Amino acid sequence: MGGSSKVLGLTAADQASLLRLAILGLISVVAIGSRLYSVIRFESVIHEFDPWFNYRTTQYLVKNGFDKFWNWFDETAWYPLGRVVGGTLYPGIMVTSAAIYNALHLVNVPVDIRNVCVFLAPVFSALTAVATYQLGKEVKSATAGLLAAAFIGIAPGYISRSVAGSYDNEGIAIFLLVLTFFLWLRAVRLGSALYGALTATAYFYMVSAWGGYVFIINLIPLHVFALLAMGRYSNRLYVAYSTFYALGTLASMQIPFVGFQPTFTSEHMAALGTFGLIQLVAFAQFLRGLMPARHFQVVVRGALVGLFAAGAGALVVLTMRGVIAPWTGRFYSLWDTGYAKIHIPIIASVSEHQPTPWTNFFFDLNLLMVLLPAGIYFSFRELTDNHVFLILYSLFAAYFASVMVRLILTLTPIVCVMAGIAMANALEAYLDFRSSSNNDGGGSGDAAQPADTQNSSSTEPSGAKRMHGWLGRTVVVVNLMYFLWMFQFHCSWITSSAYSSPSVVLASRGPDGSQHIIDDFREAYYWLRKNTRADARVLSWWDYGYQLAGMADRPTLVDNNTWNNTHIATVGKIMASDENTAYELARRHDVDYVLVVFGAMLGYSGDDINKFLWMIRIAQGVYPDDVSEQAFFTAGGEYAIDDSASAAMRASLMHKLSYYRFNEVMGQHGFDRVRRQQLPTKVELSNFAEAYTTENWMVRIYKVKELDNLGRRHRAAMAFDGGS
Amino acid sequence: MSSGIVATLARSYASSTPQRLKAIDAYMAFCVAVGVLQLAYCVLAGTFPYNAFLAGFGSAVGCFVFAASLRIKTDPRNARQFGGAPEAAFAEFVFCHIALHFVVSHFLG
Repeated sequence: MGGSSKVLGLTAADQASLLRLAILGLISVVAIGSRLYSVIRFESVIHEFDPWFNYRTTQYLVKNGFDKFWNWFDETAWYPLGRVVGGTLYPGIMVTSAAIYNALHLVNVPVDIRNVCVFLAPVFSALTAVATYQLGKEVKSATAGLLAAAFIGIAPGYISRSVAGSYDNEGIAIFLLVLTFFLWLRAVRLGSALYGALTATAYFYMVSAWGGYVFIINLIPLHVFALLAMGRYSNRLYVAYSTFYALGTLASMQIPFVGFQPTFTSEHMAALGTFGLIQLVAFAQFLRGLMPARHFQVVVRGALVGLFAAGAGALVVLTMRGVIAPWTGRFYSLWDTGYAKIHIPIIASVSEHQPTPWTNFFFDLNLLMVLLPAGIYFSFRELTDNHVFLILYSLFAAYFASVMVRLILTLTPIVCVMAGIAMANALEAYLDFRSSSNNDGGGSGDAAQPADTQNSSSTEPSGAKRMHGWLGRTVVVVNLMYFLWMFQFHCSWITSSAYSSPSVVLASRGPDGSQHIIDDFREAYYWLRKNTRADARVLSWWDYGYQLAGMADRPTLVDNNTWNNTHIATVGKIMASDENTAYELARRHDVDYVLVVFGAMLGYSGDDINKFLWMIRIAQGVYPDDVSEQAFFTAGGEYAIDDSASAAMRASLMHKLSYYRFNEVMGQHGFDRVRRQQLPTKVELSNFAEAYTTENWMVRIYKVKELDNLGRRHRAAMAFDGGS
Repeated sequence: MSSGIVATLARSYASSTPQRLKAIDAYMAFCVAVGVLQLAYCVLAGTFPYNAFLAGFGSAVGCFVFAASLRIKTDPRNARQFGGAPEAAFAEFVFCHIALHFVVSHFLG
């Protein structure tokens, strides 16, 4: 911090910016590096479920071009309905990958599209770090920005969705979220129409990438509304919001999946209302400049009454006529956590839609969670327009994150920024080595210009002067450093142990620590790809639909898109029915193969028997006469699979397909290692023929038998062939 | 009373507004007229080419708010709130228009 000392011929300011650049570069490297565990441990492979769809569509886009991609009707999904892919997805991530792919090929870097997809999220996490730095710098100082960038680079809450191979919308969407908010805050601070337009552009990109854009289009109007309610209207705010809304809304409607929603769904109405409100406020300001105060009061009073009546009337009429759509189920479940379980089991059945246990906050955010309230406190103490935004964002994101596990993702950026602010405040106070006599401490800085206060000491708390003893400083700083060090340790550990598993490839450790790769999923999909007709319909629970389409390249009945609840319920019904009914239903749906995932051999708890209750519940929601959840429990109310299981359970297709011939490998007294129960002793199957079972019995594929040539039941035919 | 208010308002507007701002105000009034016209058509004749209506209406609204922003920024009374010359505000105005009408022309269908 020396005044005029030069190093390498650079002034102090240049040194500082060079240092910042270097630190930011290092943060980017760390952010990318810590996301590569899965590639190093396993291989460069696409993870989980949804990414397989994104990967498949990206391949299609690269191969067939944008026009075909846009008009793609995929007849292999949701057999026999098909899916209009171009109109039912957020194309942002595919277009981004394809653009990168084409750019690289243009400069003769022959990279495979799979590698572009695998490494997209880590690269964007580096960009997120840069955007977070800008955001932190915008609201506080470069120090806070750097700390925030470092935090978001390694925070497990964000890593969970952006490791290499996790090719999902969130991978780029978090970058766009932070970027949009950064541009928005700058637009508000400068009152710049240019930045307002840039915010709208970033928002458009965000809309194209992730359904979470709804968070932005509610949070920004909320910010504006809060400022208006606090009497903080300014012309800068008007310019920023009007530009953003006019451009952003029109742009967002260009995405076919969003369509005209911004004009009639409740999720978007807050933004529209705030837009109208700020026009009125601006007009009132304009009038106030032109007329004496007493006239103005009359006008305002009249206008308020008139507007209130008109607005309330319009709202009632429009809602009654159904012009404004009510909130969708997913949003109700954000307010009432029990809602989904009762009304929409398909949403409640997804583990990432469950309410968050508090341990998850500690797990994903660790130290940052503790620093969040400190950050909010510091924001309150110096309450600028931007800080109002930070506080609102913190509160709302914290609420949503505690309602739904996956929304920790939207909380993470603000927690990082807030922690950056808190930490920067602490460090700036305790690492300020200027002697206290230099602190003129004059006035309390211009509150409207937070970014300019970074070099002035005027906003330093007066406490800093009291705490200048070297002992106090050392104790505090060493402690803070220790916590940060521990935090880093925690993050790497979580990343490597919890978030770097591809879930299509599993690993187990032998007693001697050696790694054993379990590759049953790909084994099964590859078998399907090589040994069945290209148009063979495969029935499985919807979880495996995208993987089947991506890896086995076979038509599926249902997949992770879950747009048609009835179709999914039908699959659930087939799984829950007895064998003969299931056979008839399967034949009627042209099913050739049935695939079940079975973990009893390895103790893989995410298998179909454990998901079976959800299948039953979803089926019951549509076919209450045919399927009843109660029938699948024993008289004692237990969920049993052994010989004590209920009749419906033992007769169900799922049970039979899972345990068929399992005795032969585990022995007559074998155990189911997931349920920790005895195996059922007798499982008979006649209408389905075992086609393939993988090495560890994790995936089992059955062929639906053709009708018997002599018109017999398969059971009778088998008995005849068996000679009895 | 109300006629008195309107009369004072008109007088004070005419006397205290620079010529440049009056031009912008005229343009804004034009935007409002275009918007209202389209809205009236939409109410009377139906929303059928909804994308075209939204594009046209959005264009009118966008033009209005961009002009309002320009007006706010070039108003000498607001000079202290915004750094930068009126030319910079005009450049922003043009930029926003280009961006907006890029979208609008795409949306017209």
